[in-house]
Amino acid sequence: MTRPVFVNIGERTNVTGSAKFRKLIVDGDYAAALDVARQQVEAGASVIDVNMDEGLLDSKAAMVTFLNLMVAEPDIARVPVMIDSSKWEVIEAGLKCVQGRSIVNSISLKEGEDKFIEQATLCLRYGAAVVVMAFDEQGQADTAARKIAICKRAYDVLVGKVGFPPEDIIFDPNIFAVATGIDEHNNYAVDFIEATRAIKAQLPMARVSGGVSNVSFSFRGNEPVRRAIHGVFLYHAIAAGMDMGIVNAGDLPVYDDIDAELREAVEDVILNRAKNHSPTERLVELAPKYKGDKGAERVVDLKWREGTVGERLTHALVHGVTEFIEADTEEARLAAERPLHVIEGPLMDGMNVVGDLFGSGKMFLPQVVKSARVMKQAVAWLLPYMEAEKEGKPREFAGRILMATVKGDVHDIGKNIVGVVLACNNYEVIDLGVMVPADRILDEAVKNKVDIVGLSGLITPSLDEMAFVAAEMERRGFSIPLLIGGATTSRTHTAVKIEPRYKAGSTTYVLDASRAVGVVSGLLSPTEKDRLQAETRAEYGKVREQYARGQDNKKRTPLPEARANRFPINWGGELAKPTFLGTRTYPNYDLNELVKFIDWSPFFSSWELVGRYPDILTDDVVGKAARDLFTDAEVMLEKIVAERWFTASGVVGFWPANADEDDVIVWTDETRTTELARFHTLRQQMAKSGDKANLALADFVAPTGQGADYIGAFAVTAGLGEAEVIARFKAAGDDYSAIMASALADRLAEAFAEALHYKVRTALWPYAPDEAFDVDALIAEQYRGIRPAPGYPAQPDHTEKATLFRLLDATAATGMELTESFAMTPPAAVSGLYFAHPDSHYFGVGKIERDQVADYTRRKGWDLKTAERWLSPILNYEP
Amino acid sequence: MTRTDRIETLKAIAKERILVLDGSWGVMIQRRDLSEADFRGERFAAHNTQLKGNNDILCLTRPDIIADLHDQYFASGADISETNTFSATVIAQDDYSLNAQDVRDLNLAGARLAREAADRWTAKTPDKPRFAAGSIGPLNKMLSMSSDVNNPGARTVTFDQVYEAYKDQIRALHEGGVDLFLIETITDTLNCKAAIKAILDLQDEGYEPLPIWISGTITDRSGRTLSGQTAEAFWNSVKHAKPFAIGFNCALGADLMRPHIAELARIADTLVAAYPNAGLPNAMGQYDEEPHETAHALSDWAKDGIVNIVGGCCGTTPEHIACVARDVAGIPTRAIPERPKAMRLAGLEPFELV
Repeated sequence: MTRPVFVNIGERTNVTGSAKFRKLIVDGDYAAALDVARQQVEAGASVIDVNMDEGLLDSKAAMVTFLNLMVAEPDIARVPVMIDSSKWEVIEAGLKCVQGRSIVNSISLKEGEDKFIEQATLCLRYGAAVVVMAFDEQGQADTAARKIAICKRAYDVLVGKVGFPPEDIIFDPNIFAVATGIDEHNNYAVDFIEATRAIKAQLPMARVSGGVSNVSFSFRGNEPVRRAIHGVFLYHAIAAGMDMGIVNAGDLPVYDDIDAELREAVEDVILNRAKNHSPTERLVELAPKYKGDKGAERVVDLKWREGTVGERLTHALVHGVTEFIEADTEEARLAAERPLHVIEGPLMDGMNVVGDLFGSGKMFLPQVVKSARVMKQAVAWLLPYMEAEKEGKPREFAGRILMATVKGDVHDIGKNIVGVVLACNNYEVIDLGVMVPADRILDEAVKNKVDIVGLSGLITPSLDEMAFVAAEMERRGFSIPLLIGGATTSRTHTAVKIEPRYKAGSTTYVLDASRAVGVVSGLLSPTEKDRLQAETRAEYGKVREQYARGQDNKKRTPLPEARANRFPINWGGELAKPTFLGTRTYPNYDLNELVKFIDWSPFFSSWELVGRYPDILTDDVVGKAARDLFTDAEVMLEKIVAERWFTASGVVGFWPANADEDDVIVWTDETRTTELARFHTLRQQMAKSGDKANLALADFVAPTGQGADYIGAFAVTAGLGEAEVIARFKAAGDDYSAIMASALADRLAEAFAEALHYKVRTALWPYAPDEAFDVDALIAEQYRGIRPAPGYPAQPDHTEKATLFRLLDATAATGMELTESFAMTPPAAVSGLYFAHPDSHYFGVGKIERDQVADYTRRKGWDLKTAERWLSPILNYEP
Repeated sequence: MTRTDRIETLKAIAKERILVLDGSWGVMIQRRDLSEADFRGERFAAHNTQLKGNNDILCLTRPDIIADLHDQYFASGADISETNTFSATVIAQDDYSLNAQDVRDLNLAGARLAREAADRWTAKTPDKPRFAAGSIGPLNKMLSMSSDVNNPGARTVTFDQVYEAYKDQIRALHEGGVDLFLIETITDTLNCKAAIKAILDLQDEGYEPLPIWISGTITDRSGRTLSGQTAEAFWNSVKHAKPFAIGFNCALGADLMRPHIAELARIADTLVAAYPNAGLPNAMGQYDEEPHETAHALSDWAKDGIVNIVGGCCGTTPEHIACVARDVAGIPTRAIPERPKAMRLAGLEPFELV
């Protein structure tokens, strides 16, 4: 006979059943309480029972809080919930929190038929199955006969009067404690089992459940005996038709594994088999003998430690475990002929497993970077031995790659990730860092005899610099492959602007770190190399043709017409006035304040995990990687804040201002007679239909004579001290933490900009004094006013940052500086202008024509060549 | 014909042939290039916030446009047209500072416009009666998702608030004369469950029961709703509404939506409905899929016996619907499967105890 299916319902998230869980809830430690739920699901619970019935608790509030938190944990929320309470109001509050289909535990005829019908109807409307206790107006049923009678009555009411689907009805015919010493209790288990058999036979489709641990209540403190009682009881109850039970999932003994002597004694108790002695007394006598083995305390699973040293190294690499790496590496070294063989043998074998898992999408970037950290520690352990072995031949790498962030640019998170991934795949990486001029890149390439040069950059002027490096490689007679990557780079730009300048070698655009190994190994493969380079060349040729075709169609509106179609604002009426004029500095801003302003989605994309926070945490594919990464980030963020790793400093300023055609004049004071500075803005020239305007930022400021308007500006950084922290991690071989710190500094800087903007809107330039704090609304930019930054779509000219920094005296105020390409240092920094008008909004300038470039050249006091260099990403023509 | 007769007719037709729903409203309204003044009309001329973009308000301020769109879709062969009330709840309209009376008027007007258009066309083509579905869209506030990054348990709205908001909308749609309710583009099943409860509770207050059509949204290739459920878990969570139809719409084009519709076709013992987008948006946020492409995909589904109702969501136009109606005509409708009785529950994933 096959055993029927038995559904485990996790019982540990029940304050009446678990003292530990009760303490966590009473103490408000919901994080640990969630871990209890997670453990139940991991141990095989198909449904988890949540019960908050405790005198000291606001049960309803605790139920709502716990269920709302649980929804955010996909590894728990994947199973249905059993909402367990003796109070209907607690159950109903729970039903209002779960999107899935749950089980209500429980309702009964205790308070009469009307109440029972009312609650059952509500269960139907919320969409829940229901547990019905064998309980009526007379009380809880103890004998089999009464259990059966009450359940039958309840079934008839539910199916006949309420229209409840019988397959959604579960009866709980009450499991009571046996072996209590009171003779009337001896038959309780038998009563339950008999009632179960009758219900299953007589009430079609109905199910039977029960709280199993009640049965062994009299053996509290003796877990082995209690487990044996549960095992034996379930064995017989399931055979009688019990479908599900509230149990400690993962802690149920197998009937056959119970010690024979104990099992027989328990069986006599459960089945109430009186022989020539009292079964209870016999079990009570026997019990202390089994108390000794205290049930295995669950510990971290260290089974993997039992493998061979190679298996252990692979496990450590795949799972990113550093705890044992030095001991394991040492063991491998002692067994190897030469220390180098440890790297080329077991460590590379392990990294190959990592590479395969990454390549097949089973591991994700943050995990790979963790693997690299383990690898680095192992190599660091071996290094002294390899150096001691003078005559030994050096380690053989698959290739040598030089990487650099180009001159004028300071951003390197992406480049560092690519470097780590390549190093994991046995490439030797020479990283020149950031702001590296072309001649130094090429000198180092020659000196180190590298196989490939990789360039990275984030801001738009870097595109030009990369094209320059390509031209220099051509001039100096290089022929090795050139790789291009970074946030503003693209296949189109690479094909149109870079590749044609370097004909002697090949140029390849690398979309992200996950492609880097494939591209590099292909380009260095003697058999694949020529074919790949030819393919790329042909592809980029096509991209250029498409690009050229696209150019012809892009008709632009002449500048005078575009100006006439400016964004219309009726400037009548009072304009909001800032509370002060001039600048105000915020040195050493409280990092703790910034945390709640963090927008996490870009954090994940910096690790190449695509998706929106918080949904990404529950994603089927990358969810696990995202959660682990997020946990690490939260731990580090806490330290950053508590130990003040970074200093955040900012400055904000306001001035009287008026628009003058496409410029914004900043006045020295309210007399509005003397120009303090002038911001130049660029106007859209794409063809517009209907009532759509050709926008320029200047449109959002009142023109001279049409109102006393103002403009604001800000510059903030959260990266003071970042360089030292990163250097410390890198020195320890921990690239993972170095990249993490850098990514978090970026998030904090963005959060700082968000926090300061909020302060501006509500207090400093209080045009929206009553705006409520809502981080989702902030991230979605649902507030009045904008803060565009020079170098971004609404004003693509980075050089405007010079004016901004001068007005704010930003370097003196915050320690921030500008590079020759107008990138900000430290890199975790944000600056921009504030526009307050309710109609102001973000837009992209798009491509502009010669007429506007000429006009802008005049306004900036430049020559045409300079203008075309700074505006090159947005020119609608080839200069 | 009374509403009771119409509902019986609708159920009878659904047994015989595939029904066709209308297409997108957003893109059609966008094409009119309306100004702020159009949206405001006289009634909201002095309203304190911008109203442009609030398509639902056009039911009151430009009823001519809404009536014309119903006409265009009925003319292209749709059996069912939806009211222009996707966001007409006090919660969603709070963005535009509309009060409860405004919202009620919106729903009443939207329902009446659809009712009149359907009746006009039923009179014109009595052999092809037309129906008005009351559109009940998702909210900008979700009951299963946190509103605060630092507190996964935080919510900006309660179940009771969502329930009341939907109840007001549903009451007005009912009074305005719709033939059925369409809870659509469901991103959070708990919000949907609040709407279901509101519909069922209104029956207690004496409102005639109308068929309920429930349409969820699988947001991306993960194959899950935004709130994380699989297709089967979603069905298990809403089947207590005993819906007239269950299905998916929006977010995906036909190719990516197909496996999820096929899944519903297997597990749902009711009609299955699908109205995908016209493909995925291009880099400019526009939909490129041609009418014949959409029609080709949907008629394939029809031939494979996995749908009972088809239509279009974002990016589809009367031309798309005309092609769809032409191509599915004559293809037998999906046979509703008998499923073994079982206890079916759900968290983010389904649970079944046969």
